[in-house]
Amino acid sequence: MLEHFDKAFENRVRLQIMAVLAANERYDFNALKELLEVTDGNLASHLKALEKVAYIRVNKAFVGRKTNTSYEASEKGKQAFAKHLETLENLIKQQKK
Amino acid sequence: MNHEQLQSELLSIRHLMERSAKFISLSGLSGILAGCYALIGAALGYREVYGFSSKIGYRDHYVTEDAVLVRLVIIASVVLLLSVGTAVWLSVRKGRKQKQGIWNPASRGLLKAMGVPLVTGGLFVVIMIARGTYGLVAPSCLIFYGLALVAGGQYTYSDVKGLGILQIVLGLLAACLPGYGLIFWSLGFGVLHILYGFIMYFKYDRRIA
Repeated sequence: MLEHFDKAFENRVRLQIMAVLAANERYDFNALKELLEVTDGNLASHLKALEKVAYIRVNKAFVGRKTNTSYEASEKGKQAFAKHLETLENLIKQQKK
Repeated sequence: MNHEQLQSELLSIRHLMERSAKFISLSGLSGILAGCYALIGAALGYREVYGFSSKIGYRDHYVTEDAVLVRLVIIASVVLLLSVGTAVWLSVRKGRKQKQGIWNPASRGLLKAMGVPLVTGGLFVVIMIARGTYGLVAPSCLIFYGLALVAGGQYTYSDVKGLGILQIVLGLLAACLPGYGLIFWSLGFGVLHILYGFIMYFKYDRRIA
Protein backbone atom coordinates (compact mmCIF):
# COMPACT_ATOMS: atom_id res chain seq x y z
CA MET A 1 0.00 0.00 0.00
CA LEU A 2 2.74 2.42 0.92
CA GLU A 3 4.35 2.26 -2.51
CA HIS A 4 1.27 4.06 -3.86
CA PHE A 5 2.31 7.12 -1.92
CA ASP A 6 3.63 9.87 -4.13
CA LYS A 7 7.34 10.55 -3.55
CA ALA A 8 6.75 14.27 -4.11
CA PHE A 9 4.46 14.33 -1.08
CA GLU A 10 6.77 12.55 1.32
CA ASN A 11 7.63 15.91 2.75
CA ARG A 12 4.91 17.50 4.84
CA VAL A 13 5.43 21.06 3.60
CA ARG A 14 5.15 19.89 -0.01
CA LEU A 15 1.88 18.17 0.73
CA GLN A 16 0.63 21.29 2.49
CA ILE A 17 1.59 23.50 -0.46
CA MET A 18 -0.28 21.17 -2.79
CA ALA A 19 -3.34 21.22 -0.52
CA VAL A 20 -3.45 25.02 -0.56
CA LEU A 21 -3.01 25.19 -4.33
CA ALA A 22 -5.70 22.55 -4.85
CA ALA A 23 -8.17 24.64 -2.85
CA ASN A 24 -7.31 27.96 -4.49
CA GLU A 25 -6.96 29.22 -8.02
CA ARG A 26 -3.56 30.69 -7.13
CA TYR A 27 -1.60 31.66 -4.03
CA ASP A 28 1.33 34.02 -3.67
CA PHE A 29 4.63 33.32 -2.00
CA ASN A 30 4.17 35.55 1.03
CA ALA A 31 0.67 34.30 1.77
CA LEU A 32 1.92 30.71 1.61
CA LYS A 33 4.79 31.56 3.92
CA GLU A 34 2.46 33.12 6.47
CA LEU A 35 -0.09 30.33 6.27
CA LEU A 36 2.39 27.45 6.58
CA GLU A 37 4.68 29.25 9.03
CA VAL A 38 7.90 28.32 7.24
CA THR A 39 11.03 30.28 6.34
CA ASP A 40 11.70 31.84 2.93
CA GLY A 41 14.46 29.39 2.05
CA ASN A 42 12.53 26.37 3.20
CA LEU A 43 9.43 27.30 1.22
CA ALA A 44 11.43 28.21 -1.87
CA SER A 45 13.21 24.85 -1.96
CA HIS A 46 9.97 22.90 -1.62
CA LEU A 47 8.32 25.00 -4.30
CA LYS A 48 11.30 24.30 -6.58
CA ALA A 49 10.89 20.58 -6.02
CA LEU A 50 7.20 20.68 -6.90
CA GLU A 51 7.95 22.81 -9.95
CA LYS A 52 10.52 20.26 -11.10
CA VAL A 53 7.95 17.46 -11.22
CA ALA A 54 5.56 19.89 -12.98
CA TYR A 55 2.94 19.74 -10.21
CA ILE A 56 2.83 23.51 -9.95
CA ARG A 57 3.23 26.49 -12.26
CA VAL A 58 4.92 29.77 -11.39
CA ASN A 59 3.55 33.17 -12.34
CA LYS A 60 5.72 36.21 -11.90
CA ALA A 61 4.07 39.59 -12.01
CA PHE A 62 5.21 43.06 -11.12
CA VAL A 63 3.33 45.07 -8.54
CA GLY A 64 4.97 48.46 -8.85
CA ARG A 65 8.64 47.67 -8.61
CA LYS A 66 8.31 44.55 -6.48
CA THR A 67 7.90 41.14 -7.99
CA ASN A 68 4.89 39.23 -6.88
CA THR A 69 5.35 35.51 -7.41
CA SER A 70 2.28 33.35 -7.32
CA TYR A 71 1.79 29.65 -7.82
CA GLU A 72 -0.96 27.49 -9.21
CA ALA A 73 -1.45 23.75 -9.35
CA SER A 74 -1.09 22.08 -12.74
CA GLU A 75 -3.60 19.49 -13.91
CA LYS A 76 -1.00 16.82 -13.22
CA GLY A 77 -0.43 18.16 -9.73
CA LYS A 78 -4.15 18.27 -8.93
CA GLN A 79 -4.57 14.67 -10.04
CA ALA A 80 -1.55 13.54 -8.03
CA PHE A 81 -2.88 15.31 -4.94
CA ALA A 82 -6.37 13.82 -5.34
CA LYS A 83 -4.84 10.38 -5.73
CA HIS A 84 -2.73 10.88 -2.63
CA LEU A 85 -5.79 11.84 -0.57
CA GLU A 86 -7.64 8.83 -1.93
CA THR A 87 -4.78 6.56 -0.91
CA LEU A 88 -4.85 8.01 2.59
CA GLU A 89 -8.59 7.48 2.83
CA ASN A 90 -8.37 3.91 1.59
CA LEU A 91 -5.67 3.18 4.08
CA ILE A 92 -7.86 4.46 6.90
CA LYS A 93 -10.80 2.38 5.69
CA GLN A 94 -8.65 -0.76 5.50
CA GLN A 95 -7.34 -0.30 9.02
CA LYS A 96 -10.85 0.05 10.35
CA LYS A 97 -11.77 -3.48 9.22
CA MET B 1 1.60 5.31 10.38
CA ASN B 2 -1.14 4.08 12.63
CA HIS B 3 -4.82 4.73 12.29
CA GLU B 4 -5.00 7.85 14.48
CA GLN B 5 -1.98 9.44 12.83
CA LEU B 6 -3.43 8.90 9.36
CA GLN B 7 -6.76 10.32 10.35
CA SER B 8 -5.30 13.41 11.98
CA GLU B 9 -3.06 13.89 8.95
CA LEU B 10 -6.04 13.81 6.62
CA LEU B 11 -8.00 16.13 8.91
CA SER B 12 -5.17 18.65 9.08
CA ILE B 13 -4.92 18.72 5.28
CA ARG B 14 -8.66 19.30 4.95
CA HIS B 15 -8.47 22.00 7.59
CA LEU B 16 -5.58 23.70 5.81
CA MET B 17 -7.48 23.71 2.50
CA GLU B 18 -10.45 25.33 4.21
CA ARG B 19 -8.31 27.84 6.07
CA SER B 20 -6.41 28.86 2.94
CA ALA B 21 -9.53 29.52 0.89
CA LYS B 22 -11.82 31.08 3.47
CA PHE B 23 -11.60 34.18 5.58
CA ILE B 24 -12.20 32.77 9.03
CA SER B 25 -11.18 35.77 11.11
CA LEU B 26 -14.66 37.22 10.74
CA SER B 27 -16.05 37.56 14.25
CA GLY B 28 -19.64 36.88 15.23
CA LEU B 29 -19.36 39.76 17.70
CA SER B 30 -19.05 42.25 14.84
CA GLY B 31 -22.42 41.04 13.56
CA ILE B 32 -24.02 41.53 16.97
CA LEU B 33 -22.56 45.03 17.35
CA ALA B 34 -23.45 46.03 13.77
CA GLY B 35 -27.02 44.96 14.50
CA CYS B 36 -27.08 47.11 17.64
CA TYR B 37 -25.76 50.16 15.78
CA ALA B 38 -28.40 49.62 13.11
CA LEU B 39 -31.23 49.44 15.66
CA ILE B 40 -30.03 52.60 17.42
CA GLY B 41 -29.71 54.31 14.04
CA ALA B 42 -33.20 53.18 13.06
CA ALA B 43 -34.62 54.56 16.32
CA LEU B 44 -32.92 57.90 15.72
CA GLY B 45 -34.17 57.88 12.15
CA TYR B 46 -37.69 57.11 13.32
CA ARG B 47 -37.55 60.10 15.67
CA GLU B 48 -36.37 62.32 12.83
CA VAL B 49 -39.24 61.33 10.58
CA TYR B 50 -42.15 60.62 12.89
CA GLY B 51 -41.19 62.69 15.93
CA PHE B 52 -42.62 62.01 19.35
CA SER B 53 -44.75 65.10 19.79
CA SER B 54 -47.81 63.93 17.93
CA LYS B 55 -50.09 60.96 18.30
CA ILE B 56 -48.90 57.64 17.02
CA GLY B 57 -49.44 57.26 13.33
CA TYR B 58 -49.10 60.93 12.53
CA ARG B 59 -45.85 62.15 11.16
CA ASP B 60 -44.25 65.35 12.39
CA HIS B 61 -42.02 65.45 9.35
CA TYR B 62 -41.67 63.92 5.93
CA VAL B 63 -38.57 62.52 4.33
CA THR B 64 -39.00 65.05 1.56
CA GLU B 65 -37.83 67.88 3.83
CA ASP B 66 -34.19 68.59 3.09
CA ALA B 67 -33.08 69.00 6.72
CA VAL B 68 -34.61 65.64 7.66
CA LEU B 69 -33.04 64.00 4.63
CA VAL B 70 -29.57 65.29 5.50
CA ARG B 71 -29.88 64.03 9.09
CA LEU B 72 -31.07 60.61 7.89
CA VAL B 73 -28.14 60.32 5.50
CA ILE B 74 -25.74 61.29 8.31
CA ILE B 75 -27.23 58.69 10.68
CA ALA B 76 -27.02 55.99 8.01
CA SER B 77 -23.41 56.88 7.20
CA VAL B 78 -22.37 56.80 10.86
CA VAL B 79 -24.02 53.38 11.30
CA LEU B 80 -22.20 52.09 8.20
CA LEU B 81 -18.79 53.45 9.28
CA LEU B 82 -19.14 52.13 12.84
CA SER B 83 -20.18 48.69 11.57
CA VAL B 84 -17.34 48.37 9.07
CA GLY B 85 -14.85 49.76 11.59
CA THR B 86 -15.95 47.30 14.26
CA ALA B 87 -15.81 44.37 11.82
CA VAL B 88 -12.26 45.25 10.74
CA TRP B 89 -11.07 45.83 14.31
CA LEU B 90 -12.54 42.55 15.62
CA SER B 91 -11.18 40.63 12.62
CA VAL B 92 -7.69 41.95 13.26
CA ARG B 93 -8.02 40.85 16.89
CA LYS B 94 -9.33 37.40 16.02
CA GLY B 95 -6.72 37.02 13.28
CA ARG B 96 -3.99 37.73 15.81
CA LYS B 97 -5.36 35.00 18.09
CA GLN B 98 -5.38 32.58 15.16
CA LYS B 99 -1.87 33.74 14.23
CA GLN B 100 -3.10 34.76 10.82
CA GLY B 101 -3.01 38.16 9.19
CA ILE B 102 -6.25 39.56 7.84
CA TRP B 103 -4.72 40.51 4.50
CA ASN B 104 -4.55 37.21 2.64
CA PRO B 105 -5.90 35.74 -0.61
CA ALA B 106 -9.16 34.80 1.13
CA SER B 107 -9.85 38.28 2.48
CA ARG B 108 -8.92 39.81 -0.88
CA GLY B 109 -11.36 37.44 -2.58
CA LEU B 110 -14.04 38.35 -0.04
CA LEU B 111 -13.61 42.09 -0.65
CA LYS B 112 -13.58 41.65 -4.44
CA ALA B 113 -16.70 39.49 -4.43
CA MET B 114 -18.63 41.85 -2.15
CA GLY B 115 -17.29 45.01 -3.75
CA VAL B 116 -19.19 44.87 -7.02
CA PRO B 117 -22.73 44.48 -5.62
CA LEU B 118 -21.99 46.86 -2.71
CA VAL B 119 -20.62 49.69 -4.83
CA THR B 120 -23.36 49.22 -7.43
CA GLY B 121 -26.04 49.25 -4.73
CA GLY B 122 -24.48 52.23 -2.96
CA LEU B 123 -24.38 54.30 -6.16
CA PHE B 124 -27.90 53.22 -7.07
CA VAL B 125 -29.20 54.37 -3.68
CA VAL B 126 -27.38 57.70 -3.97
CA ILE B 127 -28.87 58.20 -7.44
CA MET B 128 -32.37 57.43 -6.13
CA ILE B 129 -31.95 59.94 -3.30
CA ALA B 130 -30.57 62.56 -5.68
CA ARG B 131 -33.57 62.07 -7.97
CA GLY B 132 -36.00 62.33 -5.07
CA THR B 133 -37.41 58.82 -5.33
CA TYR B 134 -37.15 57.56 -1.77
CA GLY B 135 -39.67 54.73 -1.88
CA LEU B 136 -37.25 51.99 -2.84
CA VAL B 137 -34.16 53.15 -0.91
CA ALA B 138 -34.61 50.77 2.04
CA PRO B 139 -35.50 47.72 -0.10
CA SER B 140 -32.53 48.43 -2.40
CA CYS B 141 -30.12 48.62 0.56
CA LEU B 142 -31.33 45.20 1.74
CA ILE B 143 -31.30 43.58 -1.71
CA PHE B 144 -27.84 44.76 -2.76
CA TYR B 145 -26.36 44.00 0.67
CA GLY B 146 -27.89 40.53 0.48
CA LEU B 147 -26.40 39.97 -2.97
CA ALA B 148 -23.00 41.07 -1.66
CA LEU B 149 -23.25 38.58 1.22
CA VAL B 150 -24.22 35.72 -1.08
CA ALA B 151 -21.27 36.53 -3.34
CA GLY B 152 -18.87 36.92 -0.42
CA GLY B 153 -20.13 33.80 1.37
CA GLN B 154 -17.93 31.74 -0.88
CA TYR B 155 -14.86 33.22 0.79
CA THR B 156 -15.92 32.93 4.41
CA TYR B 157 -18.22 30.91 6.70
CA SER B 158 -21.10 29.58 4.62
CA ASP B 159 -23.60 30.99 7.17
CA VAL B 160 -22.97 34.38 5.57
CA LYS B 161 -24.67 33.10 2.39
CA GLY B 162 -27.81 32.23 4.37
CA LEU B 163 -27.84 35.67 5.95
CA GLY B 164 -27.56 37.17 2.45
CA ILE B 165 -30.54 35.23 1.13
CA LEU B 166 -32.67 36.34 4.10
CA GLN B 167 -31.67 39.99 3.47
CA ILE B 168 -32.72 39.65 -0.18
CA VAL B 169 -36.09 38.15 0.83
CA LEU B 170 -36.67 40.99 3.31
CA GLY B 171 -35.70 43.53 0.65
CA LEU B 172 -38.18 42.10 -1.85
CA LEU B 173 -40.94 42.04 0.80
CA ALA B 174 -40.12 45.65 1.68
CA ALA B 175 -40.46 46.58 -1.98
CA CYS B 176 -43.98 45.08 -1.99
CA LEU B 177 -45.06 46.98 1.13
CA PRO B 178 -44.33 50.68 0.68
CA GLY B 179 -44.20 52.75 3.86
CA TYR B 180 -42.69 50.00 5.99
CA GLY B 181 -39.14 50.51 4.75
CA LEU B 182 -37.72 51.43 8.15
CA ILE B 183 -39.22 48.37 9.82
CA PHE B 184 -37.77 46.01 7.22
CA TRP B 185 -34.48 47.88 7.32
CA SER B 186 -34.35 47.39 11.13
CA LEU B 187 -35.27 43.72 10.79
CA GLY B 188 -32.56 43.13 8.17
CA PHE B 189 -29.65 45.23 9.34
CA GLY B 190 -30.56 45.05 13.03
CA VAL B 191 -32.30 41.84 14.07
CA LEU B 192 -30.81 39.50 11.44
CA HIS B 193 -27.27 40.76 12.12
CA ILE B 194 -27.67 40.18 15.85
CA LEU B 195 -29.20 36.72 15.27
CA TYR B 196 -26.47 35.59 12.86
CA GLY B 197 -23.82 37.23 15.01
CA PHE B 198 -24.90 35.05 17.95
CA ILE B 199 -25.08 31.91 15.80
CA MET B 200 -21.59 32.50 14.41
CA TYR B 201 -20.19 33.50 17.77
CA PHE B 202 -21.31 30.26 19.40
CA LYS B 203 -20.38 28.15 16.38
CA TYR B 204 -16.88 29.47 15.69
CA ASP B 205 -15.59 32.07 18.15
CA ARG B 206 -15.95 30.38 21.50
CA ARG B 207 -13.53 27.63 20.53
CA ILE B 208 -10.71 30.13 20.21
CA ALA B 209 -11.64 32.62 22.92
